[in-house]
Amino acid sequence: MTQGTRATAAEPLPLAEGIHGIVSDWSSDQRAFKNVPWGKAMMWIFLLSDTFIFSSFLISYMTVRMSTTDAWPNPSEVFALVLFGKKIPLILIAIMTFVLISSSGTMAMAVNFGYRKDRVKTFVLLLVTAALGATFVGMQAFEWTKLIVDEGIRPWGNPLGAAQFGSTFFMITGFHGTHVSIGVIFLIIVAIKVIRGDLDHERPGFMTGRKGKYEMVEIMGLYWHFVDLVWVFIFAVFYLW
Amino acid sequence: MAHAHAGGQQQAVAAHVEGQQHPIGIYLKIWGLLFVLSTASYLVDYFHFQGYLRWFLIIVFMLLKAGLIVAVFMHMLWERLAMVYAILVPTVLLMVLLGIGALEADYTFLTRGVFFLKGLL
Repeated sequence: MTQGTRATAAEPLPLAEGIHGIVSDWSSDQRAFKNVPWGKAMMWIFLLSDTFIFSSFLISYMTVRMSTTDAWPNPSEVFALVLFGKKIPLILIAIMTFVLISSSGTMAMAVNFGYRKDRVKTFVLLLVTAALGATFVGMQAFEWTKLIVDEGIRPWGNPLGAAQFGSTFFMITGFHGTHVSIGVIFLIIVAIKVIRGDLDHERPGFMTGRKGKYEMVEIMGLYWHFVDLVWVFIFAVFYLW
Repeated sequence: MAHAHAGGQQQAVAAHVEGQQHPIGIYLKIWGLLFVLSTASYLVDYFHFQGYLRWFLIIVFMLLKAGLIVAVFMHMLWERLAMVYAILVPTVLLMVLLGIGALEADYTFLTRGVFFLKGLL
């Protein structure tokens, strides 16, 4: 909307806006998503499918939690930590939330500096994002260890109440943690490409003939923000319910 | 970069490879807002709000955070409507699944209740 108003001889007719724009984009020749590189459109479509996967998990969780006749373990107490001699409810999850949100912030800045072709800042911000992501996964490993070893929670049952607590917890947070871990690897790869100048010089990637471009950082960012987005929902419906 | 011009304007115009460029300030503001909202949703638990108030606050903070992330961090605010609708409208279908899940869960809970009650009698 705010972009794409440059007037050059090569530019075709201006694109229609609003509902007209939707109709003309979808009925146009060759590509429906104007102004969007195909890699970004494909990432969005992948994220849409991933949304359905996570939603299926969360809705199944809702179904089993609503239908169980056993008492549900209180997440506020299960995820409490003793800090400075005081038991603080849900504090571990709160810290994890802040870590992930901070990583989303640094990621957004990395995308921004990427488009400004500021190689060093983009690289550093990507690495900070990866470090925060790794911190998140580390805290999750700590959380899992505490639950499995100290509390005796298993996917098939636990001493605190409803057996479904363990199965849904390990399923949902495990799947999310896997996404974060893959994201960290993905971030490190993109960071290396940035600092080597692969994106400035449009060098093709290792497994593709596609030229390196700074839109890759934005596509990476979409994935990372999605991981944060999923956590927003997990935090609300699993930990705060 | 020089090559953007050397490579020919036509290509640049066709693909609009400039990408999403916005002032840094907007990201910092949204970042701050996400921190505030996260703190608020944590406090809902900390102060033991219960019942409808708890649900209302949790859902509101959740949707606000999700909206901010998608709109600003993921740049949906600046994409063309054809793209926005293609991604966001299908998620509405999930409401159907949510409804079916809730109905099914209530029914299962009821039948379980009846079954266990019979065992007691």
